Amino acid sequence: MPKLPLQEVQEIALLARIHFTPQELADMQSELGAILEHFSSIAAVDTEGVAPMTHAVPIDLPLRDDVVQPSLFTELALAAVPKRDGDLIVVPAIIPGGAE
Amino acid sequence: MTELAQLLEIYEPVIGLEVHVQLATKTKSATGFGEPPNSLTDPVVLGLPGALPVFNTAMLQLALKLGVATSSQIRAKSRFARKHYFYPDQPKNYQITQFDEPLCENGHLDLIVGGAVKRVRLERIHLEEDAGKNTHVGAVSHVDLNRAGVPLCEVVSAPELTSSEEAAEFMRALHRLVRWLEISEGDMEKGHMRCDANVSVRLRGEDRLGTRTELKNINSFRFVQNAIDHEIARQVRLIDGGGRVERETRLWDADLGQSAPMRSKEEANDYRYFPDPDLPMLVVGADMMGSILRGLPELPVARFERYVKIHKVAADDARTLVSDRALADYFDAALKAHPGDESGRTIANWILTELLGALNAGGKAIADSPMAPATLAALVVLVETGTISGKIGKDIFAESYKTGEAPAAIVERRGVQQISDEALLWSIVEKVVAASPKQTADYQGGKDTLFGYFVGQVMKETQGRANPVMTTDLLKKRLGR
Amino acid sequence: MDPAFWSVADIARRIAAGEVTAAEVTKAFVARIARIDPELGAYLFVDEGGAWAQAELIDRKRADNEPLGPLAGVPIALKDMIVTNGVATTAGSKILEGWLPPYDATVVEKLRAAGAVILGKVNCDEFGMGSSTERSAYKKTMNPWDPKRVPGGSSGGSAAAVAAGLCAASLGTDTGGSIRQPAAFCGVVGLKPTYGRVSRYGIVAFASSLDQVGPLTHTVADAALVLQAIAGHDPRDSTSLPSAPPTFSAEGGVSGLKIGLPKEYFAGEIDADVRTALAAAVAALKDKGATIVEVSLPHTELALPAYYIVAPAEASSNLARYDGIRYGKRAEALDLMSLYTHTRGERFGPEVKRRIMLGTYALRSGYYDAYYKKAQQIRTLIKRDFDEAFTQCDVLLTPTTPTPAYELGAKSTPLEMYLGDIFTLACNLAGLPGMSVPCGLTSTGLPVGAQLLGKALDEATLLRTGAVIEAAVGLGDKRPTGIGGIA
Repeated sequence: MPKLPLQEVQEIALLARIHFTPQELADMQSELGAILEHFSSIAAVDTEGVAPMTHAVPIDLPLRDDVVQPSLFTELALAAVPKRDGDLIVVPAIIPGGAE
Repeated sequence: MTELAQLLEIYEPVIGLEVHVQLATKTKSATGFGEPPNSLTDPVVLGLPGALPVFNTAMLQLALKLGVATSSQIRAKSRFARKHYFYPDQPKNYQITQFDEPLCENGHLDLIVGGAVKRVRLERIHLEEDAGKNTHVGAVSHVDLNRAGVPLCEVVSAPELTSSEEAAEFMRALHRLVRWLEISEGDMEKGHMRCDANVSVRLRGEDRLGTRTELKNINSFRFVQNAIDHEIARQVRLIDGGGRVERETRLWDADLGQSAPMRSKEEANDYRYFPDPDLPMLVVGADMMGSILRGLPELPVARFERYVKIHKVAADDARTLVSDRALADYFDAALKAHPGDESGRTIANWILTELLGALNAGGKAIADSPMAPATLAALVVLVETGTISGKIGKDIFAESYKTGEAPAAIVERRGVQQISDEALLWSIVEKVVAASPKQTADYQGGKDTLFGYFVGQVMKETQGRANPVMTTDLLKKRLGR
Repeated sequence: MDPAFWSVADIARRIAAGEVTAAEVTKAFVARIARIDPELGAYLFVDEGGAWAQAELIDRKRADNEPLGPLAGVPIALKDMIVTNGVATTAGSKILEGWLPPYDATVVEKLRAAGAVILGKVNCDEFGMGSSTERSAYKKTMNPWDPKRVPGGSSGGSAAAVAAGLCAASLGTDTGGSIRQPAAFCGVVGLKPTYGRVSRYGIVAFASSLDQVGPLTHTVADAALVLQAIAGHDPRDSTSLPSAPPTFSAEGGVSGLKIGLPKEYFAGEIDADVRTALAAAVAALKDKGATIVEVSLPHTELALPAYYIVAPAEASSNLARYDGIRYGKRAEALDLMSLYTHTRGERFGPEVKRRIMLGTYALRSGYYDAYYKKAQQIRTLIKRDFDEAFTQCDVLLTPTTPTPAYELGAKSTPLEMYLGDIFTLACNLAGLPGMSVPCGLTSTGLPVGAQLLGKALDEATLLRTGAVIEAAVGLGDKRPTGIGGIA
């Protein structure tokens, strides 16, 4: 299996929203590459007609009754929020200094 | 012809709509509107570590009602999937939705366009969860998660709408249907129903679809038509000028009356869908299907057709009647209470003019009408049988509406039965003519407008009870013209 | 009176009988933790206040002759992947540093209802990702048998705490062996129930289709007791089994039972002392009336790649929520993108980042079929192998690990670490119950674990078989001597 291209590692890092230093990226490139190489053997396995196992124990989705449950007290819900404005959670805008 | 009109002779628009409908379940129902921010959360809504999703019966039942009412194919076992994208209003940074195996497919929505019914195919209807609300305030955004986790139905139409009018009509039809079925309040301005439009244009006669753009942020019925028209115009002008339509998402700005490309939420839009391991397959049991099918009311378009074809109601009137289920139910109740079955048109008329007029004046809804359908029907009978004139009927209506007294009783009490005794009327006609020599001479001399004077006099003599048709007839005989 | 190594059953009985108070027991454990844990490093947080309050409550109830729960006064430690209301929960990660949850996991509610005294939260590999607890962002935990060695992982803190007598039992989580492997390394019993047997509500999710909570205890009978207290349907977990659990018991013996030895699990490189200890376990079972049969699980080799695709894929999804916006720590950032990428880049450890990247890769459109879907199909093949094997036997016996505990820092590459999990992974992939029970020591005095794998819902056979092994070749009264003060 060809070495994982650095650009692809960067794309995955973006999808995963993780910042890497150039060194970390390079390390990730070789580590991931080695792991994927090791697992490439599964491609050869014949799985024709085999259903994927999404649920280990096959049960149907249970449906709850439509009854209102109590909400978390707002202060409790927001107690762990690092940045707040009153009862609103604050995040930086997508583009600094401007609206989306 | 304007330049745009000319372009539209050459190009035709192709429109598909994706509508998100909030389901009116008791839990997490219509939240986020008017409630204090972040007051309706729990560990699951907040996406806390260890939280797990649970769905409730009402969600499925409401979605099934919609699926059945649109003649969709219902999947006995459908699957939930995770759709990944990072955004502050998405607490888990993925949305629970349905991807590969949705609940409903290949249904249709019937629109009433210009008095006829147009059928639009629905590619799918599926269940998903709503996100919270992200509001931009200068350099920051504020996040309110009240709405996160509200159950939604996503309704996706085939790209079969051929004009912005049809698109608007689609939204109205869907709005009517979800209210009809009590699935959702469907108020676009409150966010119960949200619409994204996929718009493309192509040369008329061309089979292939053009590149489409996705229009978002259309949050009222008014804007549906404006926004789509604007986008069609933008695209045809662009193409005509040698440009190419970009496959992009554009946000409609109602204040500016234009759209702008949206900076993408994900630079790379790979949602990495996979079946949600926290949610086993959603199974629709035969019992539930049975009760949904049995409980389904006659749908708006079916009623429209019945009113027009069987009850001979004018198409426009029929359309108004089915715009609101309570109104249609009232009409049907009045029809039922009426002994004959030829009076649909008349009853419709009375409801749409007199009853709605009175209700509107008092700010009342049809459901709170002080006059019962049977009462209205009884009044119509009195007019139809000639017991009272139409004009008197309106008076009687007003009194019965106000006091609740039965029309027949009012007629009896006030003694306003119509006079249709020809001999008696003739004697009154004679009396009036005899008392009005000048007018008689003038009328016979050609002053046609004076006829009304004579009618008025007869009415005065009879306290308005004279049969108007007979009066006209007899006056003409007596006056010679 | 030193309750340090009393069994759960013992403690509960003595407290109920009034021979000792919950306060006395709690006091003894808290003092022991203060003495021994600075070196052992099992605990991330000791909840003295909470423990005393619970102990007092139990003693008051006893004094008033009110009914006591089955675990009344039993001191239990919880792996820090289990959410505890008002008590710091970190999942061994810096991204949750300082987070005080506003709710309790279902298993915590159940333990409290049973009267257990929760002593605190114990160390683990970050987000359960690791096999040695070296990947905790906070500290390393030693193996009480030899402080130069790892306790195993990811529930290393749980296993070490039980083995060193710093709690009577612990709840761990197991996604690919994270209860069983550290149990083997530390010489305690570790049970992973059938998938869905115990609620996952309030368990920090790693790989949703594989995660399960289970007990680590001194004895098999204790494992049955603790499992009884935490098992059961939970409407808050849509994957929780609808049926009520049976009564779990270690009684019954193995007479007439067929024990299957899957040849693929004995074929590769296995430490000689491990082989010897397993052979002793096999002999003991035969001696007590079981029949031994050789079976085959042909797709065994595929368990490793399948696991290391499915688990990271689901983890990449489950860990997407950690962005510092609603809880946890966040990086200073001027724009939203930086907030995400720097918070996650700075606060996730390297192994977690590695697995998120691997998982994201496997779910990418274009790769989904070749990786995630393929791995899910392989799970079906692995399950079929087990189903077939169980037509020939009632329970399977394998080594839990190919070697005893290795030295801290010994596994230098991720792959090396992953390879140590080969015997424990298949069980999670198939959703089956598995248990590790100590079956001897190596020549250098390190514990060896025998793994039992059972049919779905058949914890009963695991328990009765494990009890026989324990009685015959278990560690008995042997105590770890690696750290002063334990024995």
